[in-house]
Amino acid sequence: MSILINEHTKVLCQGITGDAGSFHTRQMLEYGTPLVAGVTPGKGGTRFDEKVPIFDTVKEAVGKTGVNTSVIFVPASFAADAIREAADAGVELVVCITEGIPVLDMVRVKRFLEGFSTRLIGPNCPGIITPGACKVGIMPGYIHKRGKIGVISRSGTLTYEAVWQLTSRGIGQSTCVGIGGDPVLGSGFVDMLQLFEQDRETEAVVLIGEIGGEEEERAAEFIRARMKKPVVAFVAGLTAPEGRRMGHAGAIISSGSGRAEDKIRILESAGVTISRSPADIGETLQKVIQKVRVS
Amino acid sequence: MKIHEYQAESIFTRWGIPVSQGVLVESRDQIKKALQEIGGKDFVVKAQVHAGGRGKSGGVKLVRGEEECFKAVSEMLGSRLVTYQSGQAGREVRKVLIAQTVSIAREYYLAVTLDRQQGKGVVIYSQAGGVDIEETARTQPEKILKKYFDIVFGLSPFESREIAFALGKDTEFVKSMGQIVPKVCEIFTQLDATLVEINPLVVTKEGNLVAIDAKIDFDDNSLYRHPDIAALRDVLEEDPREVEAKKYNLNYVGLDGSVGCMVNGAGLAMATMDVIKLAGGMPANFLDVGGGAKVDQVRAAFKIILQDKKVKAILVNIFGGIMKCDVVAEGIIEAAREIQIKVPVVVRLEGTNVDKGKELLQKSGIQIVTADGLSQAATLAVKLAGKS
Repeated sequence: MSILINEHTKVLCQGITGDAGSFHTRQMLEYGTPLVAGVTPGKGGTRFDEKVPIFDTVKEAVGKTGVNTSVIFVPASFAADAIREAADAGVELVVCITEGIPVLDMVRVKRFLEGFSTRLIGPNCPGIITPGACKVGIMPGYIHKRGKIGVISRSGTLTYEAVWQLTSRGIGQSTCVGIGGDPVLGSGFVDMLQLFEQDRETEAVVLIGEIGGEEEERAAEFIRARMKKPVVAFVAGLTAPEGRRMGHAGAIISSGSGRAEDKIRILESAGVTISRSPADIGETLQKVIQKVRVS
Repeated sequence: MKIHEYQAESIFTRWGIPVSQGVLVESRDQIKKALQEIGGKDFVVKAQVHAGGRGKSGGVKLVRGEEECFKAVSEMLGSRLVTYQSGQAGREVRKVLIAQTVSIAREYYLAVTLDRQQGKGVVIYSQAGGVDIEETARTQPEKILKKYFDIVFGLSPFESREIAFALGKDTEFVKSMGQIVPKVCEIFTQLDATLVEINPLVVTKEGNLVAIDAKIDFDDNSLYRHPDIAALRDVLEEDPREVEAKKYNLNYVGLDGSVGCMVNGAGLAMATMDVIKLAGGMPANFLDVGGGAKVDQVRAAFKIILQDKKVKAILVNIFGGIMKCDVVAEGIIEAAREIQIKVPVVVRLEGTNVDKGKELLQKSGIQIVTADGLSQAATLAVKLAGKS
């Protein structure tokens, strides 16, 4: 078991012929991801690297190949439309990697998705990986190891750092999900925590938050009320100044809200074990699971 | 992206929101003509800088007559205005807006922004407008009211009326307010703003509603579809290092510490700043070189970090994923050969091709300290920054 993706996932890449799309399609295929279709309007009927069939529309790709998951690499100005197209074609899971989508476009997209059962991850995210089974995203595959820890994060490289700390200690991951660094996201921490809590393979969860918004606060509420599995968290941005955007569009402390220390305090009061330093995430998790296994 | 008050006022005028008519001056010889254009005897002189809190820091002055106005404008132009939002160095005043004074009967606060968690627009309004609004928000939050609206449908007329009636009962007032509120929402959605704020929106003694300040912030990601808005950018208001960084697709934010950092990825960059603090130091900057940094970006990043004279040591933290460690190492070596790096550099590489990267650094003969873990790297950088 795992969450969101596994050996049976069939993946479509929207924007497969672009720079990022083609590079990462090759990486995903190399990892063993069943990426069976691509979409680039106007290039339907051709094949990517003489292997993956390309279609003009998502509907056609779904009809002919039965894909149930889409990964989006199209440029920011077309990405909102790409998400809608995937939902309209009945794709169950849409992972949008694209960074730089206007925030009001995302608000409209979320409104549009209300009528669909499609689940959106991202945008501005590294994607999802179930180690050894399926990679739908841009993370380096080899740093991961199949195991029992769920990882959720608003960041990319910081997640790799945390995953690497786990893998180096021999601790594997069930699934790692980057929910994205934008202010308006398809899915939040709570959605992922819910799935991890239900997942039989997942034993504990690592949550990597950062300044801005209320994702961590909502997560704390959920953990307090509904979660039995242990959660370890790190929140980035203790040194970030107010009112400045720290790279991610969503990473900004505004009018005193969204501070790292407040998020840490709230998570801690919900029973989450905090790793104060980003260098100690793996070690903190290791201690927590040892304690659980002993008791 | 932020714009100036005078630019926001011209957008308000285009949308039919009444503003106090002002004229912009950038030098003393423009004052006389400006005053003739404005007319009257009493004026308000306002520094045009991208920082709030001007009213409490001498950036807004009421003057009577030409002579006083001349004096106030002359003093302001070229001075540095320090407000609670400007940072210690303050902002150079290069433009001043002169406007008619307005006889104020009551002051309101009206703003529209996005509630990111709900994914809805939110109108924030209050009868307690003016310079103390932030204090009011802290001490009497019940005086600040909010109405959420759907971005797709926009604000309904009934919702505008509800807001107007909550602010006053007078028929004329409710009518005027009921017209201004939807316009502010329209500016917000149609121009992809992240904040539209009028503080204060006043009722004059004559009973008219007038916006006597205007603030609009825009979503940088949407500027491609608003070329007219993008043209309003005033790069002189931005940190020159940040402007330079943008040219190379680097994300840079200047801070006050002594340990410069160069990191790939925004989250890891923030975490690296944090680990520097935990090691007892303070970061000099946030710098994300991005996921696929090339040699010229690494070089530019070093140059920008070194422009900051407070920097006493540099910490490079790279988690190679798609970006390979050996490529980063080559970039560092090339940059170090090209520019004189006189402060100690601590490099921590991890991930793809890490051994190759470390080997390249060691063989290069350049003065670099390599570190293994994240905390070791930070401790070293902080120690070296303290020594040099």
